[in-house]
Amino acid sequence: MTAVTDPMSIPAAHVQRKTPKGTFDLIFRNASFLSALFVLLLLAGIMLSMVIGGWPAFRAMGLGFITGTQWDTQADVYGAWPAIAGTLSTAFLALVIGVPLSLGIAVYLTQLAPPWFKQPVSTAIELLAAVPSIIYGMWGLFVFVPLFAAYVQQPLSNIVEGMPIVGTILYSRSPSGLGILTAGIILAFMIIPFVASIVRDMLDQIPSVLRESAYGIGATTWEVVRHVLVPQAGVSIIGAIMLGLGRALGETMAVTFVVGNANRLSASIMDPGSTIASRIANEFNEAIGLQLNALIALGCILFFVTFVVLVIARILVARVKAF
Amino acid sequence: MRKILILAAATIGLSGVAQAADITGAGATFPFPIYAKWAEAYKKDTGIGLNYQSIGSGGGIRQIKSKTVDFGASDMPLKGEDLEKDGLLQFPAVMGALVPAINIAGVEARQIKFTGEMLSEIYQGTIKKWNDPKLVALNPGVKLPDANITVVYRSDGSGTTFVWTDYLSRVSPDWKSKIGANTSVQFPVGIGGKGNEGVSASVKQIANSIGYVEYAYAKQNKLAYGLVQNRDGKFPVPETESFQAAAANANWNEAPGFGIIINNQPGAEAWPITSATFILMHKKADKPEQSAAALKFFDWAYKNGDKLAVELEYVPMPANVKDQIRASWKGITDASSKPVF
Amino acid sequence: MSLATPSTVRELPPSTWGRVRKSRRVADKAMRIITASFTMIAIFVLFWILGMLIVKGIGGLSVATFTQTMPGPGSQGGGLANAIVGSIILTFLGIAIATPIGVLAGTYLAEYGKGSKLADLIRFINDILLSAPSILIGLFVYVILVEPLGGYSGWAGGVALGIIAIPVIVRTTEDMLRLVPGPLREAGSALGAPTSVVITSITWKAAKSGMVTGILLALARIAGETAPLIFTALNNSFWFSPDLLGGVSNLPVTIYQFASAPYENWQQLAWAGSLIITMSILVLSIVARRIVRGAK
Repeated sequence: MTAVTDPMSIPAAHVQRKTPKGTFDLIFRNASFLSALFVLLLLAGIMLSMVIGGWPAFRAMGLGFITGTQWDTQADVYGAWPAIAGTLSTAFLALVIGVPLSLGIAVYLTQLAPPWFKQPVSTAIELLAAVPSIIYGMWGLFVFVPLFAAYVQQPLSNIVEGMPIVGTILYSRSPSGLGILTAGIILAFMIIPFVASIVRDMLDQIPSVLRESAYGIGATTWEVVRHVLVPQAGVSIIGAIMLGLGRALGETMAVTFVVGNANRLSASIMDPGSTIASRIANEFNEAIGLQLNALIALGCILFFVTFVVLVIARILVARVKAF
Repeated sequence: MRKILILAAATIGLSGVAQAADITGAGATFPFPIYAKWAEAYKKDTGIGLNYQSIGSGGGIRQIKSKTVDFGASDMPLKGEDLEKDGLLQFPAVMGALVPAINIAGVEARQIKFTGEMLSEIYQGTIKKWNDPKLVALNPGVKLPDANITVVYRSDGSGTTFVWTDYLSRVSPDWKSKIGANTSVQFPVGIGGKGNEGVSASVKQIANSIGYVEYAYAKQNKLAYGLVQNRDGKFPVPETESFQAAAANANWNEAPGFGIIINNQPGAEAWPITSATFILMHKKADKPEQSAAALKFFDWAYKNGDKLAVELEYVPMPANVKDQIRASWKGITDASSKPVF
Repeated sequence: MSLATPSTVRELPPSTWGRVRKSRRVADKAMRIITASFTMIAIFVLFWILGMLIVKGIGGLSVATFTQTMPGPGSQGGGLANAIVGSIILTFLGIAIATPIGVLAGTYLAEYGKGSKLADLIRFINDILLSAPSILIGLFVYVILVEPLGGYSGWAGGVALGIIAIPVIVRTTEDMLRLVPGPLREAGSALGAPTSVVITSITWKAAKSGMVTGILLALARIAGETAPLIFTALNNSFWFSPDLLGGVSNLPVTIYQFASAPYENWQQLAWAGSLIITMSILVLSIVARRIVRGAK
């Protein structure tokens, strides 16, 4: 808190003249109030424009819009289920991979890292969030996908072919490297910085008395983490995970590059699919008529799903920094 | 400091802007390279820019209907009644051809042959592997691997998909009844790539894949591609001559707005998957000077653009068709019904 | 931000292990190795991405990249000048829209609305907007601006980026104003200054560096956004019109288009553009973080 202005330097004019002071005060107060209200209107506007824009599609398809699996521009039949399922499964895989990594990183940073090492590593993890989505997409498509196809997908497909269950879930009909799992992995790295830094801050906020008393009775670091820190931070860790989920659900460019853009349902996570966001990015500029409404309706579903997830997240996390 | 930088940047930006009004167009990705190439040369010649954004044929139709562009571009010709309804004029700008691009280790361009029926089966997923007996029988001497075929298609709605599925519908009754022809169809197998470029990139990246792309994209990308049997049972080589042979027998006045599809034309030399790409403009011009500028651009392209088109593997329109097109431009008028061109 | 870890227990002499059961010791070791390697994986990915950008992008960087416009397909030479300038204009347009609204809204939340139900709601909604998918913002602007105005424009692009930037600025402004100690405000008020003057002349000044950081972070957040621009500013292969109507060229969409094009020259430029944009954003983020640390 440096550079605090000397109160005496307040322009005398403001202090002495009564009337203009009142006007400026009023204008400033109202301007701030209206700006704050604008934030509220923004969300309402987004919500409203999605509902209105998507309404013709909801009306034409009814409940079938959500449960239908056909996305047929020829017959003007639109079913969003493959895209919804793709969105949920990529986001779920992102959590399965990203959350353990994030928790590990947060524990390492708060409990184990040597002090001189903590700051640069923290910054590096946070910088993962600054890399633009499209760069993740290019890295995914040009670097990660060929390696993943050659060293994971193909060998794995050969191994699991014909096996029950895993032979379905992990078998890729065309081992191209693109698919739901690939998208999940890229998304995992995109949510790590958010989840890890929130959990790190949570763990840092736990009073050190708690930890020290645990150490005092002879607990190992792992036991302190497992039995003291995690239960203490508990609910807010779930909140952090939900926040990561919110990110993963709506991520567009990176996913569009690597998900394979297939409008089908598949039982295998190695097969290509699509997400709501990738479907919109692919088709929006091209769509006419009901297809356009159907895409906005997809946006509407995405909006409400992320809205619910984020509301839960915010309630659980209460107030943490989130950039 | 930062502010000064912004100001400087803004000034550079403003001073670099063209003086004459630029033409804007949007639509099909299929002719994007040639329009961009023409635009580059036209800018050098006249100082007038053409900003063409390849957002897909459906987008082109939507944009011209809502009058956000001076012209729309579509690979799928609109029907006479649709043109009438929206007061649009349609004419072909240039022609091109599709090839099945492949990525099989050890198989080079033009080494592998397909019949239309086989392509339809590959795209329906009934031919699953490259060493399928049918493919092996047609391709003696070609080393076809025991590997699954990865089918690549366009994920966005596209005129290229229309041309491809129209071709498959013409050669395979099965395809016609199950899937049909449109700018986007429900492909039973495969992965989607966005745009011609997305499909080319996917085929290039993925081993044992096949995708349909415009010939220029295959050639620029150095992708291998297969030969396709034509209506006369021959396997012509895709090149300007075989594309022109396909256009030679076509009757351009069969449909309003020259809206014919020249897939699977007769002729021993005719490449079977050839199509024209179309320009759409409003007959009643809201901004007559802009419409005139767009027509001037295409007039210039018909006069000076043939060489560039051939360089990029497109096929210029035949001379007599160009004259008919110019005559049709009289149909674009300003508010007082005076032709703008 | 992070507090220092005051744990001294970590440096317990190894002899204490003697009395600890083996399974516990193994579990502890395993945890140390696993968490450290997880951290290494994440850092490795960051450097992998940066390394890729440098290796693939540096070859495409030249003076022409910054001075010439985009080349035609298959043409040689050319650069990204129009895309870079367009991106700078769109980004600053977004910031110019977001800064006054964001700062004032943040001020309301921290100063006027303290404790009110409405302010709590706005704070909550703002946090939601902070994580809202950017593609939805693009759709929204398409529906409210592009369609009614009959065309893509730089203005629509700027508004879309502005909407993404607003919640970031609101959040940081509020957080930073809350750090300003109450007695400062009271001193101002005691001198007879009205609330607005106390805020603008005292609180804002005290929180200046933090508020600037918020704006820098917002800048970093929107500079690389692609999805909202595809439906709003689109792109332009030449210099865009000075009134920003019609497509406005910008780096992210250009990268998106060029990266998947068949022409080597375009791919080169896409990598060069990626390198430029990522490095600018990383530098911005690091500077912003430095300022935050300095302020606290």
